[in-house]
Amino acid sequence: MIGFKIVKRKPLPGWARLVIPVAAIIVTLVLSAIPILIAGGNLWKSYYFLFYGALGTRYNLLETFVKASPLIFTGLGVAFAFRAKFWNIGAEGQLLAGALTATWVGINAAGAPKILLLPVFIACGFIAGGIWAAIPATLKTKLKVDDVVSTLLLNYVMIHIMGALLFGPLQQPGSSWPRSSEIVEAAKYPMLLVRSRFHLGIPLAFFAVAIIWFINDKVVFGYQSRAVGVNIKAAHFGGINTTSVILRTAIISGGLAGVAGVGELCAIQYRLIMDISPGYGYSGIVIAMLGNLHPLGVLFSSFFFSVIIVGAQTMSRMTGVPYYIAEVIQGMALMVMLVFLLLTEYKIMVIRK
Amino acid sequence: MIGEILNTAFITGLIGAAMRMATPIIFATLGEIINERAGILNLGIEGIMLMGAMTGFLVSITTGLLWIGVLAAALVGMILSLLMAFLTVYLGLSQHVSGLGITLFSTGLAMFIYRIHFGSPLVPPIVEPFTQVTIPLLSKIPVIGPSLFDQYALTYIAVLLIPIISIILYKTHIGLKIRTVGENPLAADNVGVNVYLTRTLCLVTGGALIGIGGSFLTLDHQNMFLIDVIGGRGWVSIAMVIFGNWDPLKGALGAFIFGFLDGLQLRLQGLGIKVPFDIFLMIPYLMTIIALVGVSRKAAVPACLLKPYRREEKGV
Repeated sequence: MIGFKIVKRKPLPGWARLVIPVAAIIVTLVLSAIPILIAGGNLWKSYYFLFYGALGTRYNLLETFVKASPLIFTGLGVAFAFRAKFWNIGAEGQLLAGALTATWVGINAAGAPKILLLPVFIACGFIAGGIWAAIPATLKTKLKVDDVVSTLLLNYVMIHIMGALLFGPLQQPGSSWPRSSEIVEAAKYPMLLVRSRFHLGIPLAFFAVAIIWFINDKVVFGYQSRAVGVNIKAAHFGGINTTSVILRTAIISGGLAGVAGVGELCAIQYRLIMDISPGYGYSGIVIAMLGNLHPLGVLFSSFFFSVIIVGAQTMSRMTGVPYYIAEVIQGMALMVMLVFLLLTEYKIMVIRK
Repeated sequence: MIGEILNTAFITGLIGAAMRMATPIIFATLGEIINERAGILNLGIEGIMLMGAMTGFLVSITTGLLWIGVLAAALVGMILSLLMAFLTVYLGLSQHVSGLGITLFSTGLAMFIYRIHFGSPLVPPIVEPFTQVTIPLLSKIPVIGPSLFDQYALTYIAVLLIPIISIILYKTHIGLKIRTVGENPLAADNVGVNVYLTRTLCLVTGGALIGIGGSFLTLDHQNMFLIDVIGGRGWVSIAMVIFGNWDPLKGALGAFIFGFLDGLQLRLQGLGIKVPFDIFLMIPYLMTIIALVGVSRKAAVPACLLKPYRREEKGV
């Protein structure tokens, strides 16, 4: 009989950490052939249109940037939290909290100049997302409430808060749909390139990557946050106030997701609707894992995801393979990456009994 | 208005609706309890329910046999749980992330397969759903008779499963094995229990129940498949497991409370009473978060939940 066992291996060299996500992406794309074939799609044509649809024309390429922006924010937020082992599954709710707060300000902010309004907006989104993440963080540190479940459940609490407000005080007067009025002109993100939706949120996302990278590597807090993630007891005995570090980590994490919500509101939808996010918060979890929790990794995996999401539309139109292939690929990417991450620490040995 | 609410017909209807709304959650909660008692938190639940709902619907519509649809939903739940077992039991990967991966993958897959099979028709295809089974005599009892004994077959099965699973967990040798594997896998291994196999079987059994729970939504509750047919009921079930302290009876009670609130807001809306139904639907989530406080101090949570077992590291 052939069995296998899993044994710890020596730490891999640094280059392997770069190779692994790339290998995981390649394996995922190869595995994607199975659903494509099941759907009766021509393999080469499908892959061609997947990439052509995302990168082939100027508009499509810029659209890939547009989709990447919220993914970078949520991915970055999740990665920052996971690094400290604060298991934030609640980026979706934090994103909605940001969008909701920004809507409330954005409808009522008539007359304010844009230059003043935009920073206020982004700050509001950040704070709202941060507060929504601070709740489970406090529950975790003070009352030992499991963060995975609490952050997950708070997503649904936020969805229902949003529903109650969109059917209530925030509902557009005269509308029977759960949607808000449009935000004022001054609250909209400026478009930076003509004939596209390339908006302020995109350079902002790159800026956020740089900031988080800086915090991780150069700021004492980034080091403390990491130390809490590696070994919370050791961090505590080393004199780090772990409660405060987890709280601040959570606020930054939720805040980033909140800014993603502001971007979707102020650059894409201009009004709050129930499905303002097609699951960007959940995708952020996969992106954070795929990016190995590193800001640069998050940037690249966000683009990979964005290519899949944008490209799948063209692929679907040209080959008839249903658009939902994008979600199938996302799920597979996460599981493949998990297995690959295991291989960095362990090796699987086949044994004959 | 109070008269409209407090009359017998309303109460009968409400309890009946609560039972129906609770059914899929009872199935999924019981399935998840079996998983977690063996030490595996299955966050794939939401996706597995959706796959169950889609598979049950698709198979029923193609074969014309509703029970074959239910069986297919159970089977698909078992297959996805096997994948979960491979990732978490055999490879010992993070249960959180693996489970979310399964949910993401299954959600995409369910819609993907639905579209391949049905395309995107303007009017969604429908299935002739199950009809209620009226139990003679018992259904004649005033008020509770028509609400409790004029239900779908799957609802009766769900209710019967509550004591069955309780007895298996607490009174049988198999149940003892399952609980030991969740509490102390090392001890279980030392007395000759195959930890990997037990955990896998628990995942698969639970997965079948979770899949069936999903199929209830497309074969009884509604007669069509929509993308948001599960609508977070999987997560509610995770919540009910915690709320019910990993106990089948208490978990099912939580599911009934959820069903009651869900039924109440629907019926009040039906009467034209403007209720902020979102507030109602928020209650179970808030209840669970409150229930989570102090859970870590209780003995109920399986001690080795979330902890992978690696036999090779036994001595470490």
